[in-house]
Amino acid sequence: MGGYPVNSYKYLRKQFVAYGFLAPAAILLIVLLLYPMILVVWNSFLDNSIINPTPKWVGLRHYRWALADTVFSRAFRNTLIFTISSVLLHLSIGLGFALLLNTSINRRIQTFFRVLLILPWTFTVAIVAIIWRLLLDPLGVVNFLLSIPGFIKPGLAWFGDPGRAMSALILTNTWGGYPFIMVSLLAGLQGISVSLYEAATVDGANSWQKFLYITVPQLKPVILSIGLLDFIWTYRLFELIWLTTGGGPGRATETLGTYIYKLAFTQYQFSRASAVAVILALTTLVLAIFYLRAQKASD
Amino acid sequence: MHSVKRISFRVRGIVYTLLIVSGMFAVFPVIWVFLMSTRPNVEVFKWPPTFFPEQFTLEPYKRVFRDPVYLRFFFNSYVVATVVTLFTVIVAILAGYGFSRFNFPGKKLFNLFVVGTQMVPPITLLIPYFSMIVAFGLFDTYKALFLTYIVLTLPYAILMMTGYFNTISKELDEAVMIDGGSRFYALWMVIVPLALPGIIATTVFSFLLSWNEFAFALTLTKSTSMRTIPVGISLLMGQHAYEWNVMMAISILGSAPALLLYLFAQRYFLSGMTIGAIKE
Repeated sequence: MGGYPVNSYKYLRKQFVAYGFLAPAAILLIVLLLYPMILVVWNSFLDNSIINPTPKWVGLRHYRWALADTVFSRAFRNTLIFTISSVLLHLSIGLGFALLLNTSINRRIQTFFRVLLILPWTFTVAIVAIIWRLLLDPLGVVNFLLSIPGFIKPGLAWFGDPGRAMSALILTNTWGGYPFIMVSLLAGLQGISVSLYEAATVDGANSWQKFLYITVPQLKPVILSIGLLDFIWTYRLFELIWLTTGGGPGRATETLGTYIYKLAFTQYQFSRASAVAVILALTTLVLAIFYLRAQKASD
Repeated sequence: MHSVKRISFRVRGIVYTLLIVSGMFAVFPVIWVFLMSTRPNVEVFKWPPTFFPEQFTLEPYKRVFRDPVYLRFFFNSYVVATVVTLFTVIVAILAGYGFSRFNFPGKKLFNLFVVGTQMVPPITLLIPYFSMIVAFGLFDTYKALFLTYIVLTLPYAILMMTGYFNTISKELDEAVMIDGGSRFYALWMVIVPLALPGIIATTVFSFLLSWNEFAFALTLTKSTSMRTIPVGISLLMGQHAYEWNVMMAISILGSAPALLLYLFAQRYFLSGMTIGAIKE
């Protein structure tokens, strides 16, 4: 910044103008983010804080309860299964589609397919849920298509079958979530210098070798950071699960998100819900630190 | 695009085939929903299903437009998304400008705070929000959604705007101020017009985020007349599970704004989004 020594009075005074510009954002985020975060942590140390007008401090009781609760461990395991499968599918489909879109084909066709492949991303979660409830209905088109070659008997309730609900959920989330990954990886692919490929061609490398020794290493930082971001988003997902299976049948697709919601708003166990919600936030924080590290490395 | 200069006829054949298969995966569900929204309800779950409606009808769409309850969902979604977007964009322009133009004490910490807020799970916030909104007497009002949605949109919007302002030369504002203009004048009259692509991206992003939100709207509103599209449609699914064709028509109509905005702004949006979501 123009010509002032960094610590001079004039320089500092000039910098203080910034607080004016940042004040509205800071006030909003402190009142609506920092304060509620403190509140949720505080609630998790009290006995039932909403129903009881004079709640008592109970320390870590709700955390001990959560760690001993079988539904919590089931939900945690389901969350990990759902998240890891979704992220791996997002990344492989996203990378595959990005590579297809990055080949030297007719420009117009390329643009057409790029718009087409992003399409699922423009749908609201609530509508993605409805779309797949229609498709995966016992009398739906997926069952029909699978029954023609005889893979399954018709009449299968995907979201209603404890053994299949999780797969149905992962399929639904894969469809709705891959476009963002695809777009990010496509941007990454287009940022790889052409000269690297030209040099490899001169050295006699084939396409597979170029992919393995140029594309993959060059893309690795993007894959890592977008994968972590997707992990964080999927890990805390609530809406899609709530709107397709509601965590059921039984507890087959119960995840941390749906469990927190049920604890708070159907069982009115606000303090227990707060404790699980704090566990969710803390584990996300660990992931977020990894993400920021990956970011720094890729910059 | 440039990775392989010339590709053989055979490779091109494979690429096109794979693109068509991928395209089917992306688009078939959408086409199917559209086809279901244009047939009588009895045909929706006919076995075996038929691709084209046996009896084509626009009745489901007419029902949506005639029903005040459905129309109210759309109205609510537009009101909430528009107000939240407007506030978000103004606050984000100010904050983004502050971040991009100054080196004030505490900048790093505040930046980390903004980046960190993106990582807070909304479901964790929902529990304290519920008690706060009830305590403020805002339960079941638009204000409950305005206030809580801005927390979802603002962190991304600030990072997007900061990223965009960083691409505009700082010497421009200095020049305006040397000519006697104030910093505020420099921002609104010179920098903002130049940052229009970034502002469009931020606007679209905030609008879509608000339009799509579900959990807060489900919990912080109660009466049917306060419901937004995502919540309204999911509750209708519970009640009228047998009118799938009408639900599909609402789904198509409820997705239309996002689709149109996306098509209109995809150029700005994708670049802006990568700045906001990936760069610190």
